Amino acid sequence: MTAHDHNLSRRSLLKGAGALVIGLHLPQAARAQSGAGAAFRPGGNATFAPNAFVRVAPDSTITVLVKHIEFGQGPFTGLATLVAEEMDADWGQMRSEHAPADVKLYANLAFGVQGTGGSTAIANSWEQMRKAGATARAMLVQAAAQSWKVPASEIRVEAGVLSHASGKQGRFGEFAEAASKLAVPENVPLKPASAYRLIGKEGAVRRLDSADKSRGKAEFTIDIHAPNMLTVVVARPPRFGGKVGSFDAAEAHKVRGVVDVKQIGSGVAVYANGMWPALKGREALKVTWDESAAEKRGSRELIAEYRALARQKGVVAGSHGDAEAALAKAGTVIEAEFVFPYLAHAPMEPLDGYLQWDGSEALARFGSQFQTTEHMTIATILGLPPEKVRLETMLAGGSFGRRAQVSQHLAAELAMVAKAIGPNRPVKLVWTREDDLSGGYYRPLFVHRLRGAVQDGKITAWADSIVGQSFFLGTPFEAMVVKNGIDATSVEGANELFYEIADFHCEVNNPKVGVPTLWWRSVGHTHTAYAVECFIDELLQVAGQDPVAGRLSLMNRHPRAVGVLKAVAELAKWNGSGPVDGRARGVAVVESFGSFVAQIAEVSLGTDGEPKVHKVWCAVDCGVAVNPDIIRAQMEGGIGFGLGHALYGEITLDQGRPVQANFDTYRSLRIHEMPEVEVAIISSTEAPTGVGEPGVPPIGPAVANALAKLGQPRPRQLPMVGGTV
Amino acid sequence: MVSLKVNGRTHSVDVDDDTPLLWAIRDNLGLTGTKFGCGVAQCGACTVFMDGKPLRSCVTPVSAVGDAEITTIEAISGKEVDAVQAAWTARDVPQCGYCQSGQVMSAVALLMENKKPSDGDIDLAMNGNLCRCATYVRIRAAIHDAARTLEG
Amino acid sequence: MQAPLLHAILAGAGLCLAGTALTSAQTTRQAAPAASLRSAESFSTIANQRDRSVALFGEIGTVLQHPRCMNCHPATECPRQADAKRLHQPLVVRGKDGHGAPGLECATCHGKQNFDPARIPGDGHWALAPASMAWEGKSLGQICEQLKDPNRNGSRDLAAIVKHVTSDTLVLWAWNPGPGRVPAPGSNAQFGALMQAWVDTGAACPAS
Repeated sequence: MTAHDHNLSRRSLLKGAGALVIGLHLPQAARAQSGAGAAFRPGGNATFAPNAFVRVAPDSTITVLVKHIEFGQGPFTGLATLVAEEMDADWGQMRSEHAPADVKLYANLAFGVQGTGGSTAIANSWEQMRKAGATARAMLVQAAAQSWKVPASEIRVEAGVLSHASGKQGRFGEFAEAASKLAVPENVPLKPASAYRLIGKEGAVRRLDSADKSRGKAEFTIDIHAPNMLTVVVARPPRFGGKVGSFDAAEAHKVRGVVDVKQIGSGVAVYANGMWPALKGREALKVTWDESAAEKRGSRELIAEYRALARQKGVVAGSHGDAEAALAKAGTVIEAEFVFPYLAHAPMEPLDGYLQWDGSEALARFGSQFQTTEHMTIATILGLPPEKVRLETMLAGGSFGRRAQVSQHLAAELAMVAKAIGPNRPVKLVWTREDDLSGGYYRPLFVHRLRGAVQDGKITAWADSIVGQSFFLGTPFEAMVVKNGIDATSVEGANELFYEIADFHCEVNNPKVGVPTLWWRSVGHTHTAYAVECFIDELLQVAGQDPVAGRLSLMNRHPRAVGVLKAVAELAKWNGSGPVDGRARGVAVVESFGSFVAQIAEVSLGTDGEPKVHKVWCAVDCGVAVNPDIIRAQMEGGIGFGLGHALYGEITLDQGRPVQANFDTYRSLRIHEMPEVEVAIISSTEAPTGVGEPGVPPIGPAVANALAKLGQPRPRQLPMVGGTV
Repeated sequence: MVSLKVNGRTHSVDVDDDTPLLWAIRDNLGLTGTKFGCGVAQCGACTVFMDGKPLRSCVTPVSAVGDAEITTIEAISGKEVDAVQAAWTARDVPQCGYCQSGQVMSAVALLMENKKPSDGDIDLAMNGNLCRCATYVRIRAAIHDAARTLEG
Repeated sequence: MQAPLLHAILAGAGLCLAGTALTSAQTTRQAAPAASLRSAESFSTIANQRDRSVALFGEIGTVLQHPRCMNCHPATECPRQADAKRLHQPLVVRGKDGHGAPGLECATCHGKQNFDPARIPGDGHWALAPASMAWEGKSLGQICEQLKDPNRNGSRDLAAIVKHVTSDTLVLWAWNPGPGRVPAPGSNAQFGALMQAWVDTGAACPAS
């Protein structure tokens, strides 16, 4: 979604959510804040808390309460940049902390509930955080004016120091207490862009979390220790939809350090003093699984079924002209079928969570990405009123979508594990890598069947039939996301193209499969971008056109897409695809989450036949570039993530059981496989949009399109290397 | 009871002999900078030093450690460590940060043996450390930065 | 990244990957791994001593060309792993002394013994065989000649070869590789007896 339709979508979400009341205005003043937010006062009671987001301590440190989870994409730094800009703070005095779970204060304005996703952190916070900072600054200035008995308008603020021509000066902390007694002003004006010192300025800010993360000091959920705490691992069914038939824990109980074994909704939980006894206990456990309702189809069977479905009528997701008629009378019809495997997110820190409760109050601490719903889930399972449950968001070791849980399964399992052992036994639930990779919630397997017509050097018709699971149909989120039977996350990027083609048709089938699936960094674009950008490249090749010039000639109505494509061509000094000296270049351009990204990949074939990607040029237009270096980092990381999975990533199901269980078989990009990356950021005055996901979609098709110039077929089934189906 | 020399102190740890050093360090000694990522020596997040050499603590049972000196991310020191951590911060290498303890350990180990590593040397030393955020471009640049710092 | 450096990496990767085609061809030629070894005595029915010696080496070859042995006698700078003989992940190399590259030596992951819970094999001197002892991609006859050649076998005479394959802990590991790996055929004792019988019959090599 783009920044422009936030209000619209928010309204529709609010209608769906019913009871939630979210103000676009700034949640103001301590009196308006509910418990946890107001209580958060680093530096004690003298700390100035003008709103839900900014805390100025007597020592002049400014802590920004960040409502989006930090798992690498940079909101701790990005949101602090917005606040620091408006406060005219010195970057050295800025700190960030996760805001507590509190939907009244910290709802994502794009969702109506507290949560992170859709690359919305900066887009959502662009106005809200600047207002929070500007308001805090105005109050500090007012407090100084009263103390110095000078007009507020005569006070200057620079790098966290207030000063007056009379020679008086002071730091923020000196006025924190006085400022906290003032009325909160409304509608404080924001800086004009011309006055920015931090936003968009190269080198003006560094990440707030780099130093700790380079020294092993950042605390993640798995690092939580508490007196009397038990570590818990859960034996889960080997097939999706299986459940516990019976179990024998006699041997598990004999393992030194195992404290208890309990059946819970998701399997059998082993409680122990530490991770190793928990794992040994689970190994010793004998479970008979009831697989009567389990999904037993494998990837091979599903692909065959999807291929057949792609030849049947689906739900129309986009159409103009008459593609079938145009294809029927076309001279040259090109057909291509693309197959995309299940993919795991495999964040470096597998899922985990900590929970303590005494029967009447609970504290949960974990890398929560949907705080509001997870908070409610935990309260419901523990049978506690929501106000008796605190949820603290922890730094998380990656997510890529895995922690944005539609089903709430981690929060639910955490609460079930705590409830089963009873009050006053703090628990830390940990998933192993094997649990993670064989645990489902994958990027769904998809098939695209594409047909296109080329007539007299022009692309005249395009038809795409998409088949894959929806992870929204049949969930409580269905009402919000699914419109007219179309789950937007299945078809985004395929049901409307940049490319002007007279006769166009796109339809979708969402078959029911018992494998839990979930969004995965860049969601629908993970497959639609590959299918669309490979197929347009193939059609342009048939039409005898250059991949860059040919695309540009078809996308006149999309100036920002044109902008990034031209910019990347210039950056790479594009002079055709080659190959030159055994290296060919491929291109792709994609809009996702309101941002536009074009990439050119330079590729050769290794002696083993594996593609070797040497360099990637990348141009990104994400509106105002708040933190250029974080944008670059997200493009680099997005390219590496997208490339690793396009080349090597797949979860294969064999009779319903996941085959890959650890990184030895779920091959992940390593440093010697990472290309050099050069990024150009388009200068823009548009409202900022996301960068966490948009770097991912173009790289796969850019590499495939380069391979086509090396005399290879464009890979039509991913991964490109070592596919097992 | 197993006796372990970790970060300059001898600890008595009440664990089974087959307990991986990783879990003894994290769960029993409370040193959580060393991370769990795979448990099978595929990702490098658990890297510690044993007598100054990098070691995957997730596949090293405490019984195999004996009298060796273990050093974790919390206690590494020296000019290579300073240079690497300064470069990591200046380049803003970390994203989620979870693998970075292991990345820093491997980078320090490389620079202790090779003062001026080529890109090829970096590949061979660092490819045992996975980063799912793919911060590899910056890891490489930061190691070169650190090498320049050490060169003086 | 500078262009010359990039080339250096490519060259390095090339070193490791060049053997792939050979290995897969070899793998497809090879029968399923023998679970047992014929005893040395069972060859006594072959009257001609030279023929007997060649036949003994054929049996010995089922061990030498087994993944437990071949994976660490590569033609390239990089070992292979698992029964499928896939390229070792992560990418590791011989290094200056067969123990890996600075920062990622064999001992970074491989301890003095197998660690079965993680299926990581180990030995007191886990290492690659020297480049002169590369077997990957070679015919059994070529391996045989190489094995006898003091310039390529670590300056060993035949008696020393037999001693090496019956006492070196890393060789013995092939029959105790831990869970998830098929052990080398038969037992080390049977293998030693076959080697001794081969030496005793003149250590003749197969033609190919």
